[in-house]
Amino acid sequence: MEKFYISDFCSLRNNKVFKNGEEIYSDVASDSIKDFAKGLYKSLDLKYPKFHKMDELCKLGFLATEVLISQLENIDQDTALVLSNRASSLDTDRKHQVSIDDRANFYPSPAVFVYTLPNIIMGEISIKNKLKSENAFFVSEQFDPEFIANYSKALLQTGKASNVICGWVDLDNDKYDVFLAFLSKKGRKELTKKELNNLYNQ
Amino acid sequence: MAELQEELKEKIIEQLSLEDVEVSEIGDDDPLFGDGLGLDSIDALELIVLLEKDYGIKLKDPKEGKAIFESINVMADYISKHRTK
Repeated sequence: MEKFYISDFCSLRNNKVFKNGEEIYSDVASDSIKDFAKGLYKSLDLKYPKFHKMDELCKLGFLATEVLISQLENIDQDTALVLSNRASSLDTDRKHQVSIDDRANFYPSPAVFVYTLPNIIMGEISIKNKLKSENAFFVSEQFDPEFIANYSKALLQTGKASNVICGWVDLDNDKYDVFLAFLSKKGRKELTKKELNNLYNQ
Repeated sequence: MAELQEELKEKIIEQLSLEDVEVSEIGDDDPLFGDGLGLDSIDALELIVLLEKDYGIKLKDPKEGKAIFESINVMADYISKHRTK
């Protein structure tokens, strides 16, 4: 059976960013995800005004993807996205709920409402990188390396995708945990449940 | 009117999260959509909410927004004629 590999991986945790195991950005002074994300956006020298309109979950997934693929000149259009988290879009769902709680002051924001689905992250990543590919977002209690590895392998084995960006993008009550891996036909580590789990837990 | 125009620019920047745009960069006759500020359809909906929430103007047909949101000048003129608060 054809083997696939993890060519790059990154994580965003506790206001620090790691790529392939090395810390590449830190901003422990920021006391909000918004500030941390804005600082990382600037450090990556991105020019993408739409970023500022995204909710915090999308910002985290978007930035992690930019970190993950920063060494690539081009990304294949058929690079699939397989993401997951525990809290779905709960962070933004709550903000939307607040805006509709009071019937006398009922002004739901369309700009908030559009982010009340977790798979919008993949839309934002696809728009930025012009991806026309398979994508799926799963909700599970915790990062499930076996499921993510198997699902991603199936996409690669059946030729549905030439590469896969997969991982975990979770945000709830100002706590976030982001881990992404780039899967392809060549790379530094073989794609297995155990390896994906090891890298997630680094 | 000049005060309302400035107020609108500040509200638009804040409401639409235009973090890289300064009030001074928005011309009174600049198109807000397309080649101007580059606003999109969600921004248009957000402006409709802004009209209702801050100025008491409820658009019966969202398509009316296309003409009203042409520029800051057009928007300010419409608001000054139709505002209820």
